[in-house]
Amino acid sequence: MQKFEKFTGVVCPLDRSNVDTDAIIPKQFLKSIKRTGFGPNLFDEWRYLDHGEPGMDNSQRPLNPDFALNDPRYAGARILLARENFGCGSSREHAPWALADYGFRVIIAPSFADIFFNNSFKNGILPIVLPADVVDGLFEKASGPEALQIAVDLQAQVLTVSDGEQIGFEVDAFRKHCLLEGLDDIGLTLQHVDDIRAYEERRKSEAPWLFG
Amino acid sequence: MSARTLYDKLWDSHVVREEQDGTCLLYIDRQLVHEVTSPQAFEGLRLAGRKPWRVAANLATPDHNVPTTAAERHGGVQGIVDPISRIQVDTLDHNCAEFGITEFHMDDVRQGIVHVVGPEQGATLPGMTVVCGDSHTSTHGAFGALAHGIGTSEVEHVLATQCLIQKKSKAMQVVIDGPVGAGVTAKDIVLAIIGEIGTAGGTGYAIEFAGQGITDLSIEGRMTVCNMAIEAGARAGFVAVDQKTIDYVKGRPYAPKGEDWEKAVSAWQNLHSDEGAVFDKTVVIEGASIQPQVTWGTSPEMVVPVDAKVPNPANESDSVKADGMRRALDYMGLQADTPITGIRVDKVFIGSCTNSRIEDLRAAAEVAEGRKVADNIKLAMVVPGSGLVKKQAEEEGLDRIFVEAGFEWREPGCSMCLAMNADRLEPGERCASTSNRNFEGRQGKGGRTHLVSPAMAAAAAVAGHFVDVRGLQK
Ligand code: SF4
Repeated sequence: MQKFEKFTGVVCPLDRSNVDTDAIIPKQFLKSIKRTGFGPNLFDEWRYLDHGEPGMDNSQRPLNPDFALNDPRYAGARILLARENFGCGSSREHAPWALADYGFRVIIAPSFADIFFNNSFKNGILPIVLPADVVDGLFEKASGPEALQIAVDLQAQVLTVSDGEQIGFEVDAFRKHCLLEGLDDIGLTLQHVDDIRAYEERRKSEAPWLFG
Repeated sequence: MSARTLYDKLWDSHVVREEQDGTCLLYIDRQLVHEVTSPQAFEGLRLAGRKPWRVAANLATPDHNVPTTAAERHGGVQGIVDPISRIQVDTLDHNCAEFGITEFHMDDVRQGIVHVVGPEQGATLPGMTVVCGDSHTSTHGAFGALAHGIGTSEVEHVLATQCLIQKKSKAMQVVIDGPVGAGVTAKDIVLAIIGEIGTAGGTGYAIEFAGQGITDLSIEGRMTVCNMAIEAGARAGFVAVDQKTIDYVKGRPYAPKGEDWEKAVSAWQNLHSDEGAVFDKTVVIEGASIQPQVTWGTSPEMVVPVDAKVPNPANESDSVKADGMRRALDYMGLQADTPITGIRVDKVFIGSCTNSRIEDLRAAAEVAEGRKVADNIKLAMVVPGSGLVKKQAEEEGLDRIFVEAGFEWREPGCSMCLAMNADRLEPGERCASTSNRNFEGRQGKGGRTHLVSPAMAAAAAVAGHFVDVRGLQK
């Protein structure tokens, strides 16, 4: 996994609550057996006016001018600003794959659905939970005539807004470490092979039917 | 030792190691695998040159993409018309063969929706940790197991290490106090719970369902309730083990036998919350207050009793909520204050991991028997959850009841629950569905989904609009 470095990015505001993973990447795109290439179909049903299917040439499709991602102000956005319960619905990891493939590295919302939150970290995306009033304030700033830029410093756990406002955020220490170092979970777990084997031995004597 | 919740017991017995910050390596007893969320996990294993840690802990079956018409099923995997669906099913076959994982192939009578197949085979047992790359894995909690959905990276992690990196959730108890009324089903109970606590009400919690309304349910009913825990925001939902659980598991192909069975049963007796165990949150709902439910919007929390009206956003004081309601009404093509029983439907879908088990089909057949699907219904379909459910239903003659009433009787799979195969709604079509999600576009772009119980879906099919099924039951 790529290391999570400091960066300054444009904020794209997505003013809807309960954005579910079906909306993030509609199910017809789940049929791919790869991890990459989902970016052009991120938010497909909202982003395009026609119905998207895998294999279409997305550059030829009619864009929905009212959808934030198509607003020229937010071109190249790397930070997504969202409302509560972002990422609810199915557990598909295609949702963070699509967001990452599009270029998003940070998602800010008042709350996230659990599985999505978890999947994001595993794909180099930092989900940041901020109080609803702080998110409200950011929406106001991000919706002005000029796009809002935010500098993200994961090491210091600080967001610096282009007008100088600084916002601290919480992040789980272990996940922060993995993001900063670009560590792969499986490699980390396999450092504990002995513990896993010891557990299995103990468990086999307590509950042999689980190993039948 | 102090009093522990069922969740504490399930958690504690699976901790391999714990870091100082509470992050745990949790051992996984069973992983269920299907074609949509596994290809990238197998690809990852191959790329890293890794092997599955414990092959026998995995069980696979294709479900999301499989065709449900007998004609298309006849041609086997190569006969699947949609090329991308075919590739996924084919890829699962290849991956399972390469890594030695047991798979119930598309033409195996044991094939079906993973969450129906696991319990049916006894591959889901009390006290287990069960995972699958599918959010409705919470279903298996009905057995007093800790079960939840995971992402594809985690599928790969479990394949490679038999563990997951996890932090413990908070514990919530949802009590259905006293019995529910006649004609009120597990689906109505869980929809009422979601209506009460909201789709984010369980976020960060593992939910234990308890109380007479729950213990009175059959195991299949409990699966319906646990299935939708995720729709209340909780990754896991479960019910304590009782005699019904043990009777249900006994004799199933993967269930322990002989001496192991005796040992297992005595261990399972402990799978309940101790007297005096403390929950972070408790919600109590009066069983008698629950009526048959119908969702009216685009989130499972947008639900009302069948005798109510579509709510009016003008009466909602929270402006964000009111906006959400307006957007939902607009999408659903509904006017506020319309009586639910005045809503006509175009299609009816009985199936999905929520409601495709034998008891669900019996409940629907009881309503359909001797009646006809109404003229305005373009399609009413029944999709059994597995080949074995289908066989059982046919032995009981349920298929004939459905077909005589005008329903289509299909082959097992996820089908119109998520419309990944050809079974889907056209834009603007309205569906009475026994599935678990009514999100925009879930059953096809522009499709309008109303979630109901199997009996309520059958009732809508014969009436042509929603009705209180209790008026049709004997
Ligand atoms: S039936 Fe629906 S909810 Fe259940 S596993 Fe299949 S697609 Fe998912």
